[in-house]
Amino acid sequence: MADSNPTPIRGSGERPVPDAARARETGEPGAPREARRLRIQLRGLVKSFGPKLVLDHLDLDVADGESMVIVGGSGTGKSVTLKHIIGLLKPDSGSVVVDGVNVDQLDNRAITEFRRRFGMAFQEGALFDSMNVFDNVAFPLRRLSRKSSGEIRQRVDECLEMVRLEGLGARDISELSGGMRRRVGFARAIAHEPEILLFDEPTTGLDPVTTAQIGEVIHDIGERSKTTMVTITHDMQVAFRVAHRIAMLDRGKIIAEAPPEEFKQLPDARVKQFIHGEAEGPLSDQPAEGGAGRRGTGGFGR
Amino acid sequence: MESESAPRRASRRPGGGKGLPLPAAVERFLLQMGRFVHMLGRVFAWTPRPPYDWRQLVRQMVKVGVTSTPVVLLTALFTGMVLALQTFTVLKRFAAESYVGTLVALSMVRELSAVLSSLIVAGRAGSAMGAELGTMRVTEQIDALEVMATDPIHYLVVPRVWATVLMMPLLVALADGVGIFGGYLVSVVLMGANPVSYLNTSFQFMKLNDLMSGLIKAAVFGLLLATIGCQQGFYTTGGAEGVGRSTTSAVVLASIAILAADFFLTKLLF
Repeated sequence: MADSNPTPIRGSGERPVPDAARARETGEPGAPREARRLRIQLRGLVKSFGPKLVLDHLDLDVADGESMVIVGGSGTGKSVTLKHIIGLLKPDSGSVVVDGVNVDQLDNRAITEFRRRFGMAFQEGALFDSMNVFDNVAFPLRRLSRKSSGEIRQRVDECLEMVRLEGLGARDISELSGGMRRRVGFARAIAHEPEILLFDEPTTGLDPVTTAQIGEVIHDIGERSKTTMVTITHDMQVAFRVAHRIAMLDRGKIIAEAPPEEFKQLPDARVKQFIHGEAEGPLSDQPAEGGAGRRGTGGFGR
Repeated sequence: MESESAPRRASRRPGGGKGLPLPAAVERFLLQMGRFVHMLGRVFAWTPRPPYDWRQLVRQMVKVGVTSTPVVLLTALFTGMVLALQTFTVLKRFAAESYVGTLVALSMVRELSAVLSSLIVAGRAGSAMGAELGTMRVTEQIDALEVMATDPIHYLVVPRVWATVLMMPLLVALADGVGIFGGYLVSVVLMGANPVSYLNTSFQFMKLNDLMSGLIKAAVFGLLLATIGCQQGFYTTGGAEGVGRSTTSAVVLASIAILAADFFLTKLLF
């Protein structure tokens, strides 16, 4: 059973990142993950919504320059984890430390400042439908930077080019397909050149080709922007494409964590079932949309 | 998933925690009051802080004021006409029909323009605020604002509230004029009253305080309806159905608040 192995299975600390990516992180090619500064540390994170326990003493580290992908089934607490990192949710207990700052202890003004270092792409894009593509991407630049309008235009064009949407700045949001909306969301997230990028389910509801394209775009963003990234997804194709490390979340806990190649070889039955998308297995024994909850039912989404 | 800063935290039932269980209706009332006071406090706290989004303010003023003008004026016109029609026939029994103008003008200026215009704007713009912010909440646009270091109250609510507060007295001033004109039309054209005498009596007994009290009421009602509309949208939960609920609540609660506040303001101002 899933709970019979409470200690997460850890793969090698060494990330199979390309040399170029490795070099940009510390200036020391081949530097082991342990040697790098930890940017995000989640310790003993517990979160309940009413009677429903969603995160159950979750621990996770993300190193500087690392692309961490958190995978897991629906309702296992992936989005909740992400929203704790950026301070949109506060834990019931445990701590979220980003660059040495305990996010939970920041007041409203401090957390507003703190969020400047983040860029976040939301599940459905969360684009402002009262604005066109250009204004959406320019929004963080106008709010968070002192760039002139010419500089803003140049940066927006760069970002749209990075997500392969060059020349579409004048389009209304309502004219965009699902995949294009996600990419505009990515462009908006990277526009102010954040230090940490978060991607919330970037491929949910997209066809396989668009999913693959989105995976490529995220990979390119990681390579070009050289930021720390946390992506949550249940799509293993995307996970293997963009991850330096993959962590699997189940019932509110990280049950396995490894670089992509090692992750594929992990012996845990839950990991195997998830990778291969099998209907029968230890994950199927859990209540659907269960999260970590043992006491309540129902989703915790909107 | 919603952010902690809004609906999630507030939707926990006190009865499920350590406090005493409360009847559901009392709990809902206290929750709404708490959210209202909290939102109003944040609006006042954020108002003086830069950046000042004048474009957004003007946009909201157009949305709330300009686009509501035809329906508000139409309502005022017919209200003035009906008021004249009703009072003319009644006052004629006492040979006091020369006071129709006074009655129509004072009723419009002191009471009816402000209340009716506010109820219409609550149904029109207040509901739109509830729907707009509710949709932004469930599509994570409000979370996106927070992530981009932009306080959603500052960016979304402050311009809507002040646009409404500024536009309501202007709308009501126009409604006053149109309502009095409606009464004039009925009295003079239909009932054959003397036009000069009608206009004289309309303004003979009117004091500046009468006019100002109506405009003050309008501003307060604007503050109430915009804050309630935004509050209902801001705390939306439950997807499309939730947005529908928020929109309805925005109108119902704002209307109740306007009518209740009208009583207390009337007591206070006269």
